[in-house]
Amino acid sequence: MTTMATPTQPQPTKPAAPAPVYNPKSESLTAKRIKSTIFHIVALALVAMVLYPALWMITSSFKPNSEIGGANNALWSNNFSFDNFATAMEGIGGVSTLTFFTNSLILAVGAVVGTVLSASISAYAFARINFPGRGLFFGMMIATLLLPFHVVIIPQYIVFQQLGLVDTYVPLLIGKFLAADAFFVFLMVQFMRGLPAELDEAARIDGAGHIRIFGSIMLPLMKPALISTSIFSFIWSWNDFLGPLLYLNTPEKYPLPLALRLFVDQTQSSDYGAMIAMSVLALLPVLVFFLVFQRYIVEGVSTQGLKG
Amino acid sequence: MTQSPTLSRRAASAPTPPRKSRRRGADTRAGYTFLLPWLLGFIALTVGPMISSLYLSFTNYNLFDAPKWIGFDNYTTLFQDERFLQSVGVTMQYVVFGTPLKLAAALAIAMLLNSKRKGQGFYRSAFYAPSLIGASVSIAIVWKAMFGDSGPVDQGLSFFGINLGGWVGNPNMTMGMMILLTVWQFGAPMVIFLAGLKQIPADLYEAASMDGAGPVRKFMNITWPMLSPVIFFNLLMETIHAFQIFASAYIISNGEGGPAGSTLFYTLYLYLRGFSDFRMGYASAMAWLLVIVVGIITLIFFKTSKSWVHYSGDAK
Repeated sequence: MTTMATPTQPQPTKPAAPAPVYNPKSESLTAKRIKSTIFHIVALALVAMVLYPALWMITSSFKPNSEIGGANNALWSNNFSFDNFATAMEGIGGVSTLTFFTNSLILAVGAVVGTVLSASISAYAFARINFPGRGLFFGMMIATLLLPFHVVIIPQYIVFQQLGLVDTYVPLLIGKFLAADAFFVFLMVQFMRGLPAELDEAARIDGAGHIRIFGSIMLPLMKPALISTSIFSFIWSWNDFLGPLLYLNTPEKYPLPLALRLFVDQTQSSDYGAMIAMSVLALLPVLVFFLVFQRYIVEGVSTQGLKG
Repeated sequence: MTQSPTLSRRAASAPTPPRKSRRRGADTRAGYTFLLPWLLGFIALTVGPMISSLYLSFTNYNLFDAPKWIGFDNYTTLFQDERFLQSVGVTMQYVVFGTPLKLAAALAIAMLLNSKRKGQGFYRSAFYAPSLIGASVSIAIVWKAMFGDSGPVDQGLSFFGINLGGWVGNPNMTMGMMILLTVWQFGAPMVIFLAGLKQIPADLYEAASMDGAGPVRKFMNITWPMLSPVIFFNLLMETIHAFQIFASAYIISNGEGGPAGSTLFYTLYLYLRGFSDFRMGYASAMAWLLVIVVGIITLIFFKTSKSWVHYSGDAK
C-alpha cells in the first residue's frame, strides 16, 4: 500500500524550497517521464486484471460451446459467431427474450418515475420546510438506510399475498412511488440544502407558495441530483433479483434476471455459450448506460457516497 | 469532509430562522403534505412490517393457517439448528475477510490514482465498472463458469503448477470465490476514497517531507487520520452491505447454498426457510436477529469511531 503511494508524493530527499503551496518542479524531466510510464504500466495491468472477467464474458458469448470450458480458454477464437445470441434470443418455455426485456424495461422505467417523483417531493419537505417533527423523521429516514431490508420482506409478502397482488408488478413498484429507497431521499436532501436559502425567501416575498417554489425553482436546479437518481434507480431495478424472485410466478411476467435463472435451471450448464450470451444481453443496457453517463455515475458515487 | 460521512451529524441540526407564527401553521401543513409519500411508505412498508415481523417471530406461521403463538421457541430453536449456525459462520467469514480486503484494495488503488496524471478519469471509470454489475445474476453466472472445472481460473492456476480443480464444487474454495467476487467490486469505495484523498491539502505532505518523513509515516500520520471519516463511512456501509448478499450466492449454488452448505449465506437460509419451507415465523426470527446484530455492529462502530475518526472540518 505504501509503495503505491510514493508516486503521488514529492521526493522526500530533495531539500525543497520553502514554498508551502505548490510543489516546485524540482524533479528532472526524464525522472518524471519514467515515473509516469511506470504508473501507467502498473495501472493498465491492474485495469486488465479487473476487466478480465468482463472481457472473458463478452468473447465467450461469441464462441462455440466447445471452446468455452476445457483446454481452450484463450480470449480469442477463430470461430466467433452470433449463434449463441440467436439461441439466447429464442427465450425459454415459449417466452421470447424480447418479452423479458420489455418486462425489465417496464419495471425500470416505473422505478425511475416513482423514485424521482416521490423522493424529490419528500426531500423538499426535509430540506426546505420547517415543521415540528422534521428532525425526528429525518433521523428515522437515515436509520432506514442502515436497516437490513430482510426484516420487512416477510410481512410485506403476506400483505401483498392477502391483497391478491402476488404475481403483479404492484409489490415491486409501490415502494418506488413511496420513496422507500431512503438513499435517494437523502441524496436529494443533501443537494437541496446546498442551494441558497435566499431563493425561497425571495419567491415567498413575491407570494409564491411551496408548490410553486418546489416546481419552478427547486426542480430545475436539482437536475444533477435528479439525473443521478434516475440512473441509479434504473440500474438497481434492472439488476434486482430478490424482489421479482419473491413476487413473480409466471414466466411471461419475468424480468431478465429471473429469466436468466430459469434459463440456467433448464439448460443445466449444457449450453454455456447461450447462457453467457444471455447474461451479456441482460447487462447490455447497464453497460450502455455506463458508457453514456459515466461522468454522472462516477461523480454521483464520489460526491454522494452512492453504492454501485 | 464534504460528503456523506457527515450523515450522522447533519441529521440533527439546521438552525431554525425566526419566522412569523402565522406562517408556521401553514408550513406545518405544507411540510406534512410534501412528506406524505415518504411518510406513507415509511409506515406501510417499514414500520408496520417491522412490528408484524416481530410479532410473527414469536409464532408458528405457514402463510395458510393462523399464526400460533409459541413464545421464544423460534429463537431457542435457532441456536440448535445446525444449518442456521452454519449460515452464521459462512456470513461472518464473508464479512470479516471480504470487507477489509475490499476496502484495502479500494484504498490502495485510490492512492495509486490520486495524482494529476493523464488518464485518471479513464482508470477511475474502468475500476468502478465492476461495482455496477457485480451483484447481478449475469455476473454470478459468469463467475460460476470462470471458477468451474477447467474454467479460466483453474487453467490459469494450473499454468503456475497450482492444481486446485474447479472452485465451484469444492466446499473449501467457494468462500474464496465469493470473497474475490466482492473484492472485485472495490470500485465504489475506491471512488469515495479518491474524493476524500483530494481534500487532503498537499502542503501537509510537503511539510512532512521537509521534516524527513517517509511514505509510511506520511500514510500513518497524514493520510489515515485525514481520511478517517471516509474510511469510517465506507467500512460501515460495506459491512452492512456484506451481510445482505443474496443474488450471487443464490445463483452460484442453484438456490441451495451448497456444496456442503459452504455458500449458505444468512439471507439465503432466511429465504429458504421463509419461502420454500413456508416457516414464516422462523424466518422472521432470523430477520430480527439480523437487525439486532447489524444494529449492535453499527453501535460499536459509532462508539469506537470517537477514538480513531477525526473530523478535521470541525476546526474550520
